[in-house]
Amino acid sequence: MQLSEVWFILVAVLFIGFIFLEGFDFGVGMSTKFLAQNDLEKRVLINTIGPFWDANEVWLITAGGAMFAAFPHWYASLFSGYYLPFVVLLLALIARGVAFEFRGKVNSKNWIATWDWSILLGSVLPPFLLGVLFSSLIKGLPVDQNMNMHASFLDIVNFYTVIGGVAFVLLSYMHGLMFITLKTTGALRERARKNAQKIYVVNGVVILLFTILTAVYTDAFSEKGVILIPLYGLAIVLYLALFPLLRNKKEGLSFTATGLIMIIVTASFFIALFPNVMISSIDVANNLTVYNAASGDYSLKVMTIVAATMVPIVLAYTIWSYYIFRKRVSAKEHLEY
Amino acid sequence: MEEVILARIQFASTTLFHFIFVPLSIGLAFIIAIMQTMYLIKKDEMYKKMTKFWGIFFLINFAVGVVTGIIQEFQFGMNWSSYSRFVGDVFGAPLAIEALLAFFVESTFIGLWIFGWDKLPKKLHLACIWLVSIGTILSAFWILAANSFMQNPLGFTIENGRAEMNDFVAVITNPKLWVAFPHTIFASFATGAFFIIGVSAWKLLKKKDIEFFKHSIKITLVIGLLSGLGIAFSGHAQATYLIGAQPMKMAAAEGLWEDSADPAPWTVFGNIDTENKKTTMRIEIPYLLSYLSYGKFSGGIEGLNTLQEKMEEKYGAGDYLPPVKTTFWSFRIMTATGGVLILLSFLGLFLNWRGKLEKSTTYLKWMVAAIFIPYIGNSFGWIMSEIGRQPWVVNGLMKTVDGVSPNVSAGQILFSLISFSLIYTLLAIAMVYLFIKVIKQGPHEKPKEDISASDPFNAGGLKNAVK
Repeated sequence: MQLSEVWFILVAVLFIGFIFLEGFDFGVGMSTKFLAQNDLEKRVLINTIGPFWDANEVWLITAGGAMFAAFPHWYASLFSGYYLPFVVLLLALIARGVAFEFRGKVNSKNWIATWDWSILLGSVLPPFLLGVLFSSLIKGLPVDQNMNMHASFLDIVNFYTVIGGVAFVLLSYMHGLMFITLKTTGALRERARKNAQKIYVVNGVVILLFTILTAVYTDAFSEKGVILIPLYGLAIVLYLALFPLLRNKKEGLSFTATGLIMIIVTASFFIALFPNVMISSIDVANNLTVYNAASGDYSLKVMTIVAATMVPIVLAYTIWSYYIFRKRVSAKEHLEY
Repeated sequence: MEEVILARIQFASTTLFHFIFVPLSIGLAFIIAIMQTMYLIKKDEMYKKMTKFWGIFFLINFAVGVVTGIIQEFQFGMNWSSYSRFVGDVFGAPLAIEALLAFFVESTFIGLWIFGWDKLPKKLHLACIWLVSIGTILSAFWILAANSFMQNPLGFTIENGRAEMNDFVAVITNPKLWVAFPHTIFASFATGAFFIIGVSAWKLLKKKDIEFFKHSIKITLVIGLLSGLGIAFSGHAQATYLIGAQPMKMAAAEGLWEDSADPAPWTVFGNIDTENKKTTMRIEIPYLLSYLSYGKFSGGIEGLNTLQEKMEEKYGAGDYLPPVKTTFWSFRIMTATGGVLILLSFLGLFLNWRGKLEKSTTYLKWMVAAIFIPYIGNSFGWIMSEIGRQPWVVNGLMKTVDGVSPNVSAGQILFSLISFSLIYTLLAIAMVYLFIKVIKQGPHEKPKEDISASDPFNAGGLKNAVK
């Protein structure tokens, strides 16, 4: 296996890690609007992700950095091509990031309401935009012979990609609700479970629709069906198993199920792309691939050594921090945010 | 052409705004780590209170620093895609390593520090804030490694029409990096120190929590003085280095059109006439430029006209002059702030030694205003460094005009410029408002449980309401 292929997998893993981890963060952010009934419950919800959300977001920053270093052409084409969606994504992430820290610092209704809206927008827009981005990426975009992408609004935003975005938002919300059942007590925990049961069918239909549209609009299933069909089969089984798990209050298992579904969906984008990283709708000769978009061998070698040393350490202390904060958050104890 | 101008305004404004927060985060993390260490050694609750109170500012500031930093990483690809393609192989590596090595440490251990006060053993909890501090410093190292490549490209070959890395060690041992890194870190420590000194001075003037703020100001005056001296020495090392590596930047910083005399005098003040390529009304200090450049009292330096000729010989016809006026004045403002920092912290320590510090109202008033001095120095330092590099985006390799994204329209950049400026303005207002709120509240903060206590429908809330 070539180093550029290894780095493609690593970039994919970083995005998958981001979607898995920040996925429940986003879901918890959404639930501050849809699940909490008073300010105290909101604070409990925010505190469940308090120690983690910042580090979870670093997965995205690292994914961006890894793309820049390992696939400069991919990074340049993608970020300049998706200019406006990225502007909106950045605005949403900015609003969300400061909101957690600012919200509880002043005891005023308007102040708190402002940051509550920031948390909501900052939790809905990023998964939506990433869903749009990933699905338009596998559908193909007008990439010219100089690797530059000249996309019109409809190239990026169309029926298929919007469904992709909605599917990501709903999945994140479901995943967040599962996280809440794991991290809270009492009425909140109970309500999170009930809410998940309520949106179960709608959620399932959207994901199924998205899967069908992917088969219609992209080459994903016709070209990578061997891998993708069993994976999606597994995702369907997991989703079907989720309902009995929810009813029987198997919280750990249902969180694992939604997490695995998110991992499978995100991974499927990268599987569908490979060995391309950008598919040109103008001419296949313009496709950016793992090979023509990558850095030189020396650079990749250096980066591999750094990653091989650092990633295990990062994973170790990340897991340790989840272990330290393994206890459920309740309104009875000191809330930081 | 319009795209280049807008993209440059965007880069300058987002970077300068981001760099308002970075030095304070680096400085405060370090100072808070020292305070918490003192708490563990002396077992005095005062130090715990100090750690927590100054910690609030750190956390608010850190949040803004982090979110404005995400734009920094993304905008290379968004606005400067040709640049990113050309240098990603070398330039991307330090950015990726920064994320892997520094961001994960900072973000994980800051969570452990905020939420771990009662959950972690004391020494382990102290280690968390030190790791955050080390993380912020490492972060600066890798960013400056990337920036140093733009100032003084090393460790690469040009292949397939782009810069490809062939020597990683050369990238991280870049001499530019090793003069810029200590300079930036000392400036950051000074920013943190002067922030705490200023806020403490304000509270001492108001005669609130005198013991608490006297303690805070004493510690930070020492840090302020040491950092000020560090800034001066590392700044001198940087100037000496620049003469060799970026003579054009240094000549512009001196407003020196013709070659200097030998020994060269240093210009304190001058009227830069860019049209006639002359600097008039010079006030000069003899020998000083020779000393600043070479560490001895002899040696002349080449002027802008000579350097322009040399550049044309090497790279072809074109204008290789950076904006001379901006570079000249940025350099003077930056060095002046450094000098003022040293004087003010020295004066404070002297007053403290005479036991007069909290009674010297004039000095305390100055120190409130002095909060802004490091910010001015930091901003003009970057302006000099980045403007003085023009017209190059990567010195001698790629011009700024060639780095811009060819597929992004001026309208798009203008849209993002306006929306980022708007959100940045709102952030700045919110943060200043919060800072003032916390300062007014003082270190004896009301317990936050009050909000929950006001909710009688909650079991704990009812109990508190009855109490």
